[in-house]
Parts: sequence; structure tokens; C-alpha cells
Amino acid sequence: MSCEPWQCAEIAATKKANVIQKPEIAVAMMKRAQHPILIVGSNVTERWMDGKQAIEYIIEFANASKIPVVATAHMVGEFVKRGYTPAAYWNAMEISQRVCDPTWMGLDGKGHPDLVIYVGMPYYMEALILSGLKHFAPDLKTMTLDNMYHVHASWSFPNASLEEWAANLKVLTSKYSGGQ
Amino acid sequence: MTDKNVHVKIDEMKTNAGLVKNLELSIGKVINDNYTEEPMGPTPMPSITTLRDWDMKLLTKYKPFYMPDCDSCCLCTFGKCDLTAGKRGACGLDIAAQSSRIVMIAASIGSACHTAHSRHLVNHLIEKYGRRYPIDVGGLNVKVEAPVSRLVTGIKPATLGDLDDILTYTEEEITQILATAHTGQEANPLDFESKAFHIGMIDHVGMEVGDIAQISVFGYPKADPEAPLIKLGIASVDRTKPVVMCIGHNVVPSVGIIDYAKENKIDERIEVVGLCCTAHDMSRYYTRARIVGPISWEIRFIRAGLADVVVLDEQCIRTDVAEEAAKVNTPVIAASEKNCVGFKNRTNDSTDSIVEDLVTGKVPGVLVLDPEKVGEVAVRVAMKMAPIRKRKNVLPTAEEVVAIAKTCTQCKACQRNCPQDYFIPAAMKAAAAGDLSKLEEIYEVCIGCLRCESACPQKIKIHSLIVKAGEKSMQCEDNLCRSGRGAVSDVEIRSVGGPLVLGEIPGIVAIVGCSNYPKGGKDVYDIAREFASRRYIVALSGCSAMSAGSYRNKDGQTLYEEFPGGFEAGGVLNVGSCVSNSHIAGAAIKVANIFAKRPLRGNYEEIADYVHNRIGAVGLAWGAYSQKAASIAAGFWRLGVPVVVGPHGSKYRRMLLGRKEDPENWNVIDARTGETVNVGPSPEHLFNVAETKEECIVQIAKLCMRPNDTWKGRSGKLSHYIDLHKRYMGVMPNDIHLYVRTMADVPITMKDEITQVLQANNWKESIIPDPTLLPRMVRKMK
Ligand code: SF4
Ligand code: SF4
Ligand code: SF4
Repeated sequence: MSCEPWQCAEIAATKKANVIQKPEIAVAMMKRAQHPILIVGSNVTERWMDGKQAIEYIIEFANASKIPVVATAHMVGEFVKRGYTPAAYWNAMEISQRVCDPTWMGLDGKGHPDLVIYVGMPYYMEALILSGLKHFAPDLKTMTLDNMYHVHASWSFPNASLEEWAANLKVLTSKYSGGQ
Repeated sequence: MTDKNVHVKIDEMKTNAGLVKNLELSIGKVINDNYTEEPMGPTPMPSITTLRDWDMKLLTKYKPFYMPDCDSCCLCTFGKCDLTAGKRGACGLDIAAQSSRIVMIAASIGSACHTAHSRHLVNHLIEKYGRRYPIDVGGLNVKVEAPVSRLVTGIKPATLGDLDDILTYTEEEITQILATAHTGQEANPLDFESKAFHIGMIDHVGMEVGDIAQISVFGYPKADPEAPLIKLGIASVDRTKPVVMCIGHNVVPSVGIIDYAKENKIDERIEVVGLCCTAHDMSRYYTRARIVGPISWEIRFIRAGLADVVVLDEQCIRTDVAEEAAKVNTPVIAASEKNCVGFKNRTNDSTDSIVEDLVTGKVPGVLVLDPEKVGEVAVRVAMKMAPIRKRKNVLPTAEEVVAIAKTCTQCKACQRNCPQDYFIPAAMKAAAAGDLSKLEEIYEVCIGCLRCESACPQKIKIHSLIVKAGEKSMQCEDNLCRSGRGAVSDVEIRSVGGPLVLGEIPGIVAIVGCSNYPKGGKDVYDIAREFASRRYIVALSGCSAMSAGSYRNKDGQTLYEEFPGGFEAGGVLNVGSCVSNSHIAGAAIKVANIFAKRPLRGNYEEIADYVHNRIGAVGLAWGAYSQKAASIAAGFWRLGVPVVVGPHGSKYRRMLLGRKEDPENWNVIDARTGETVNVGPSPEHLFNVAETKEECIVQIAKLCMRPNDTWKGRSGKLSHYIDLHKRYMGVMPNDIHLYVRTMADVPITMKDEITQVLQANNWKESIIPDPTLLPRMVRKMK
């Protein structure tokens, strides 16, 4: 199983993400978190698996897991179009700056997120954001659900094909009741 | 000019703007000032700390959000030091300071680059025409000839010699700033940020000097809204003629080429084409020059065999151009001391011998540092090479593309090395089956970086395959770009100043910089057209100005034909090359000076305060990649003008973000009363990324709002913001209540919808102040 960064030049990390070997591990961490949020970027309408866009897999996962979704870029409209209303929408940097700030009390004002999950941003941009969080919010746990290994996250899946990604997302969803 | 540092403290002073109290002046240099029409302000030739307090005001509002690209620092042999998550380096530095230090270093490189370019131009022109040669930026229409230089240095330049003096100041500042990057100097991230702002401001001075010099001497369009339309694209080039291709940014060698061709009456028999900003500046000098495209298209044109000789000047030139040119038998002339390419210096050899050696292939290239000699050699070599080369190219045939694609092993190394993450393996698979359409799609968006090729273990010339697949559309690239007009005239400023400051012209959108676009140049066209159609002022420069001209509307018009070229509502103007960006900052400064009559010379803080609070200008560098783009942006930051970058701009590694929900961020002083007034997040950020074109459009509309907007202006700006938000984000914006100050701000057609939003957010009415961040601007302290 490869743990190289997806984009080959993204290697300048002394502290590298733990590899999520199986989706079940990710689910266990998500279930343990009190205030997880899922930040979804613009590539989810660009990636197709089995005739379905990645955003549709994410909606299924979000519906099952009930993890609040933050849509970045112009994705809010894409979610709403598909009948799913995200908990919030923000610019990628705006939301990331807030999760980096320990005094920020989360989307609902009830507590700072203890697990921030990213998926679907341009790889290099998500990598930089995760680096910012690694350095400036060292106690925050970060995870990515992408099919691309992100060195700067706390937890990342390894590089995988689109088919494997779809399979992983389906397993993630299936581990929640109602996600079958 | 003398070199003394002066510090003056004034307890109380009466000025036109009212009573000034507790004013401290720090003057890095004292200038012999013979210009008495306008008094000198408090900060001529600011040193690297003179404007630090102003910077800190902005940096308190807009906090850095750092995203280190690298966990370690390797700038000295104490290191490498791992700075991860709180660890410090051997010198004591932490990752925030290191990140801001890198921002400052990048901006310093950019600023040095423009200033060195201007230095070369000014020295060259002084040598040829003398120090007393008068500058002329726009005849009688432009009395404020050098707004940035006047504002920063206090000098009102009249001759080339004055430009030399201004450059001496910028060179000192660059040295001072760069020195602070040494191990064990500056320690604090905000101080590094302030220094980045300083170097950005200096950069705009350096750029302005260069452009003023070349506009004055080379007879470029002078603040002309109807500057000629220049042919753009490969199909506009007559390929039956010998082609001289110039790449880079410094026009001097190109002028040598054009002059030689004209003097020898062979200019009609050859084609002189340019890539990157040299193309803009050539076409400002000579309307028959062709702009073939931005930097990202260098390789496709060389491989397609277009050039019979390639002339390189400086900046943003691929470092492998000479190797690529050799493969198609194209000789190369390096013409800049800053880019010698390893070639032998032949400046003092006879022209005949240089031409002979290049044409016979005895040498692949030469270094010639005399621009007139470059002119003769380039033209003669092109004329001799054209019949020998016969457009030799290295593009495969369509059949060969299919055969080569079959050797692909689907290892994905190309995609993993492509900065854009394009699905190259899938395109290869389709091509192997005879379908080139996916490669053709990549052609439209490829930035020509060749990273895919250099990673391919099968040694597939992936970019050549892409270019071959896109050949048909390449052959149709025949568009128009308006020649760079240079400055904005005083007359234009007078007619738009009022509507701009009141908010009735909804904003100035300055679309500048390089072509590292995430999805091709069409996005730039779409963004420019969206705002021009809504009667914003759209100002373009550099590669963005070319990309904006590369597409047509349904009536077949390019953007420059569809919209007027004036600095006016709905105008689309190309100011010119990289160094012309200074005119965009200059236009904002001129509004403060000409329209609002704020004194200009050496009065940076007051003018920046004016621009920040009143002029709805936003910079967009959608494809920014260079260090120069970083310094240009930094110059806008210090003026308080927000800048948006495309997703690749995240690699500048830090954003300057406001927090809209924190009311204390958005307090200004009402200069009428001295009271603190909350004006909401206008503008919300100083530097931010937009991830997609759609988001970018919405973000720009929002960032155009300013505290000073009248209710009429704000209601117009809000209706654009809401309309664009609904269109591109698919929902109503959720922060409208932060931008409504009185019910009069609410666009009438949206009243019901917005009233609901206001009620849901416990909105309260507030006042529209005379906004300032500077206590000393208060006219009547309570
Ligand atoms: S400059 Fe400081 S942090 Fe960087 S390598 Fe040297 S000692 Fe380490
Ligand atoms: S040349 Fe084009 S396809 Fe190849 S890596 Fe660069 S952008 Fe990607
Ligand atoms: S790197 Fe070369 S062999 Fe590998 S997938 Fe890309 S084109 Fe094919």
C-alpha cells in the first residue's frame, strides 16, 4: 500500500499522516468525535465513479453519518440542487482559519470541532490547508476522505483509484445505521 | 539628494484637512525639493519602518493565516531545522515567522525583478537620450504623471534623470528589506508582513518608473482609451514569412529588431511575434507585432516549428527554451545579462560572424548584450533560417499519436506530476484507441509546464501529443488584444471619481498576472465579461489581458471590441505589461488626489486610508504564479486594496483574512465626529483564494463594498452581490445583514427577501460615517 503523496512534489513534511488502512478505522474515529465536521471542496462535482459524481457519494455518507457538512467554493448550490442542505457554506480559507482558532465554537456554537474532515479540494490547496492546521492547531485531529494520500493530515487514505475510492466511501456510509 | 534620516514630532499643526495633533514624521531621505505647487507630505521616501503603524492597522483587521509549504527551514547551515507545530529552529525562529519571511522574500524577489528591469531601461535610455529627456505619459491629459512615485518618494519626475533618482531610492529599500531575511534578524511574523508590504509598495514605484520611461521614449499609446487593437494568436501570424519570436519582459532588444527591420524596409517581409509581456510592449511600439500568447504557450509554439529565431530577454522564460529550440533547428539569441543561458558572449564580434555561426548551426545560440546588434542578427538569421528550416517541427502525426499512446503503461506518473491533476492516463487510453478528444480537451486547459513529460517512465512526449490533438483549435487562434494604453488620464479620473467613491460605479476589477490557471484562460474571459456587462471598470494587464482577448462572444467580437477601452463604467482596458500594473494602483491614488483633492506627495498613509475606505477596487490574479505577482499583490495590500487569487495562489502560503462575525474588526473612526462606527466587513479580506471561477465572481462583487458607499451605491453593489450569489452559488447569501446599514441600502426589488433576512439576524440600523482609520484625520475631536 503506497503512502506517497499524490502529487509527487508534496513531500516536504517531517510529520506525516497516519494511513487509514481500512475505512472501518476512519468510522471508529468519526464516531468517537464529539464535534466532527466535514468540509467538502469543489472537485466533488468533477470526479465520476460508476456514472455517479463524488458529491452523490458524499451526500449519502453525510445523510447516514449525520456529520455536519461545510460546502466550500460554489458547492452549496450543487448540494441543494441534489436535495441536501449543508450545515454551512464557507470559503475554504475562511472555514479553515476558523477551525484553526481554538476559541471558535463550531458551526452550532456548541464546541470547537475535535475532528475536521476534508474531501474534494484541489489536492495542492487542501495539502496547504492541512499543513496550516498541522502547524497552528497541533491538537486538532484532521482527516481526509480523498483517494489521495495527504501527508499533512493526521489521518489519510493512501492513493487509490476512483473505483477504490467509491468502494471506500460506500463502506464508510454502510457503517452507519440507515447507510446500507 | 542627501542621505540623512530625519525624525520630526509635531504636537499641533493646522492643515487643509483640519487640525493635526501628535504627528510624528520619519523621513528616510531628504530631497532637494524644487516643486512648490504641492506641499510635501509627512513621509517622503519612507524607510522600512516609517509606515509600520499603518501596516499594523491593516494586519490587525486582516490576520495572517499561514499554510507552510514545508515543515522545515534550510536557509542557513544551523539547519535544516524542523519547525513543525511549535518547534523552533536553531536560531530561535518559529514556523509563523518563517512563513512570513518566505512571503517577504518572494515579494522581494519580485520587486527586485521589476526594479532591475526598470533600471536597465532607464540606464539604457539615459545613455541614448540623456538625463534631461522629458517624460510624457499622456500629454496635457495627464498632469499627475507618476502618482505612485510622487506618493511614495515625493519626487515629481520631469525627466529620465528624475526617474534615475527614484530608482536609487527603491534599490536601497530592496537591499534593506532583503537584509532582514538573514538568520537572526527580524523575528516577528507581523514585522515580516509589514516588510512585505513595504517591498510591495516599492515594487509599484519600480514598475511605474519603468513604464513611464518606455512610454515616454518609445512613443507608446499614452493613456489612450482607443489604443490600437493588436492581432493575437498563432493563426494571426503569416507563417509563409520568416518569424522572429521574442520571449520575456524587457522590450529593448525587440525595439532593436523592429528598428532594424523598418530601417532596412523589410518589416513587411517578416513577422515579429512575442510571448508574455514583451509581446505587449512590442505591440505598444509597433502595431504590426503579433501577440501569440502568454508564457504557458512557449513550448507549444516552438515545438510547432513557428519560430525561425528565438530572442530571449528577461523574466518568466522557460529555462529549457534553448534545448527545445535546438530540436527544431531554431537558433536562440539571449539578450539580457540576467539570462545568459550559458551561451558565449558575442557582443563584440562582427554581426556577419554571429549570423554565420547561428545559420550554419555551428552554435545553437549566442549571448548578445547590444540591443541594436540583436536587432540585426535576429532579422538576418530569421530570413536565412526560414527557407532552411521549412517550419521544422517535432509534433507527431495523428497516426503517430495513436501509436505512441499505445506505449503508455497507465502508471499515472504524469497525472501525479501535473500541477493541475489532469486525467492524462485516461486521455492516453482513449488516444491509444484512436480517440484524441480527451487529449484535445487537455490542450484547452494545459499550462505547458512539461512536468508530465519529465515524469513519464516511457519517455512519451506527452505535451507534443496534447498539442497535436489540439492543433486544429490552435490553427484557429486569431483574436485581438488592445494595445497597452499605459496610465489612466486625469480627465477619466475626474469623470469617474465621484461615481466610484459614492459607489455608483460598483467597482474596479483589476485582472492581472500570469497564466497558471486551474482550468484554462476562458475563466479570465468569463470573469472580465461578467463584470464589464455589469458596468464595473475592468482593468487588465499581462498574460491575463491576453487570455481575456482570446475568446469571442456570440457576435464574434472579442472583449476589446465588445466593450470600450476607457476607464469608465463598463470599460475594459488593457494597461499593458507587468510594469504597467502600477497604473492600476496609480488610478486609485489619482482618485484620492484629483477627485478628492488629498495631497499626494509623500502622503502615503492618508491616501492609503482613503483608497481602503472609499474606492471599491479589487485585484484578481487568477493564474498568479510568480514572485512578481506576489510583490504586485503586496503593493495593493499596503494600499488597503483586497486581492483574490485562484487556487494555485494558496501556494503563496498565507492569506490575510478578516473575521466578519467579529464586530471589533470593523470599526472605523467617523472623521466628522471622532466617534467609532462599525461599518461591517467592507472589505472582508485583504488576500484570499477563490477555489472556483464561480466563487471568485461572487467574492469579487462582495469585496467591492466600502464603508463610504452612499445608500445608492451600496444598494447597487448589494444587488450585484446578491444576484451573482444566487446565480453562481445557487442560494441567497447568508451575510446580507452585515452589509445593510440603513433600509435605504436595500435594493428595492429585493426588499421583501432582505427584510426577512434582517429580521432573522436582529439587524440594527447604523450610520454611514466619513470613514478613516487614522485618528489624525478627525476634523473635530469631541
Ligand atoms: S535560519 Fe534559523 S530556522 Fe532556518 S535553518 Fe537557519 S537556524 Fe534553522
Ligand atoms: S504540460 Fe499540461 S498536462 Fe502536462 S503536466 Fe503541465 S499542465 Fe499538466
Ligand atoms: S506517465 Fe507515461 S506511461 Fe505513465 S500513465 Fe502517463 S503517459 Fe502513461
